[in-house]
Amino acid sequence: MATQTTAARSAALEAPSGNGETRFKWQRFFVFIGYGLLIFFAFLEIAPFVMTVASSFKCEPAISTYPAAFIPIPPLVECQNTSAEGVNSRLSADAQVNGATFSPTTNGYNRILGEGAELPRWALNTMIYSVVVTIMRLLFDSMAGYALARFRFPGNRVLFFIVLGTLMIPGVVLLIPRFLMLKEMGLLNTYWGYFLVLGADAFGILLMKQFFENIPKEIEEAASVDGSSRFTTFFRIVLPMATPALVALTIFSFQGQWNNFMDALIIVGTNTALYNLPMGLTILRGSGQDLQFDLILAGSVITTLPMAVIFFIFQRYFVEGVSYSGIKG
Amino acid sequence: MTTTTAAASSRQQAVDQPNAKRQEAVAGLAFILPALLILVVFLIVPLFVAAYFSFTDWNGRTPLTSAAPFEYIGFQNYQRLLIDGRRVDDFYNAFKNTFYYAMGVIPTQTVLALFLAVIVNQRWLKGRGFFRTAFYFPSITSSIVVSMIFLFMFSNTGPVNGAFKAIFPNYQSVSWLTDNNGILHNLLAIFGVNSANVPFLTDTEIFRISLWEWLSGPSVAMFTIMILATWTTIGTLMVVYLAALQNIPGQVYEAAQVDGATAWQTFRRITLPLLRPTTFFVVTLGLIGTFQVFDQIYILQSAVTHRTTMSIAYLVYDQAFQTDPNMGRASAVALTLFILIFVATILQRRFVGGDRPADQ
Repeated sequence: MATQTTAARSAALEAPSGNGETRFKWQRFFVFIGYGLLIFFAFLEIAPFVMTVASSFKCEPAISTYPAAFIPIPPLVECQNTSAEGVNSRLSADAQVNGATFSPTTNGYNRILGEGAELPRWALNTMIYSVVVTIMRLLFDSMAGYALARFRFPGNRVLFFIVLGTLMIPGVVLLIPRFLMLKEMGLLNTYWGYFLVLGADAFGILLMKQFFENIPKEIEEAASVDGSSRFTTFFRIVLPMATPALVALTIFSFQGQWNNFMDALIIVGTNTALYNLPMGLTILRGSGQDLQFDLILAGSVITTLPMAVIFFIFQRYFVEGVSYSGIKG
Repeated sequence: MTTTTAAASSRQQAVDQPNAKRQEAVAGLAFILPALLILVVFLIVPLFVAAYFSFTDWNGRTPLTSAAPFEYIGFQNYQRLLIDGRRVDDFYNAFKNTFYYAMGVIPTQTVLALFLAVIVNQRWLKGRGFFRTAFYFPSITSSIVVSMIFLFMFSNTGPVNGAFKAIFPNYQSVSWLTDNNGILHNLLAIFGVNSANVPFLTDTEIFRISLWEWLSGPSVAMFTIMILATWTTIGTLMVVYLAALQNIPGQVYEAAQVDGATAWQTFRRITLPLLRPTTFFVVTLGLIGTFQVFDQIYILQSAVTHRTTMSIAYLVYDQAFQTDPNMGRASAVALTLFILIFVATILQRRFVGGDRPADQ
């Protein structure tokens, strides 16, 4: 059977027009075009990041004058120099850049990380928000998902549709009422406000429910025969089996909170001490037209770096997570 | 069938152990309670709160504890917003921008994602992992960071203008982020058509927006944000398509080859129909994402482009917290957006053809 299929396949590959050579040439042409297109699009997706990282090590005038110089050649330079007479001189763009190479500076980073800078605080906040919310979701989403998947109680179906329905509510609609409610509850501009609002989500619950439904029931039934309670069964037996789903949920949740802007804007929007990195970046941007690109780009790099490291280490899980949720829809 | 069995067995259980059923119910509720509380208090109740305030004239500043912070005004907010208000153009301007934004971004990102996924899925391709990583990387980046990068890339002296200038010596720098002219308006101008030629279009107004304005497309500034959205999302959608493509069993293609189908016929008649559920998912994601565009606009809009980059989602924020705040009116915008997304999702279900694979 297998041989037959292979034979048919190779026949089909070579037969059609009866001219194997033409077909071969066409195939090489397509391969060439295919690679060309992929490289072109990969360049479009990656080049902006390369330029951003490179330019974050330039002095202000060189960033806008020579954005394309991307190879840093030490030694480090200072952007501002105070001469013996006490006169400030700014390093000119031409002095820093030479064709595609430039002499790097850490000026932008020094300014946002140095004394009195708020960025370290924002980074810490982002870490706290992301970790706590992720832990809460792992716990609450999996418990809720398990309840929907395995327990028979009145209203189970209704609750499932309620959870599903909340997926339809656009975040923007919640902007005003959440602000008002948190204000009334005294939770506006608090860590607790952030944790409580985001501590569970419908997507995670449905992801976990789907996963639990595919685990054979027999294992839990055996455990319940052994006399262990449902809580023990869940935490000791079911949850460890759900590792792939928990990994996907961790990634989605951590990434979502690390980059979360709109919720932070509403929940902690008027207290800069509670800002996360995306909110902090808006301060670095300022409100005027006079943009300080050295700060903006250095801040962007610092915000992205931890996610990038996590992505490169756990890449497989990111891609699997997306495919998983995509296929299941 | 399964339900019947489940019901039967649960009835059986109930007869056997009257207490077991109650115990199970209590345990089930205990498991779901924490998550449910959060969803109800911070998702479902707020939806109703928003709906409630949309029928009031509360300005958001009068404390809710005061004697009469607001009055109930029925559908007046909606009527002023959508039908005959003094500034009815606020909503329709945002609607026009959002509509062009969605109509530009969704097809482009869907087609490009599928196109790239098909190439990445080819058997002859080497370095699949590299390309997948390269395309996916922007998706893990914060929308705010991506907006900052675009602020830099598309600034007047930025790399994009620089690159065009290097390739085309006669290139006139485009103010990507501050140009309010519609892109169709600019396109028509090349052929000598401008607003002066067609007085009919400039004189006729629908909802206080001239026909010319309706038809001139998204502004250059909005177009830049559309590029941003497409650029960011392609990777995620490509990975979704790639996973779906890899799920199509090889025999299907072998059968097609035996039948002598060309590559295009195979794609058109087999791959595409089998991908229909994925396309439905991808387009739904696109609809929800584009109709709610907010973060990017928060960063990339400016006083100059305030009007032409105004999306409906940003209008909610703008009306609630910025110029002349009014919580009632802002809530009405939010609810209208909710209904719009709902209707759009249903319409696209018809259009794409549902979430089941086609028979052929």
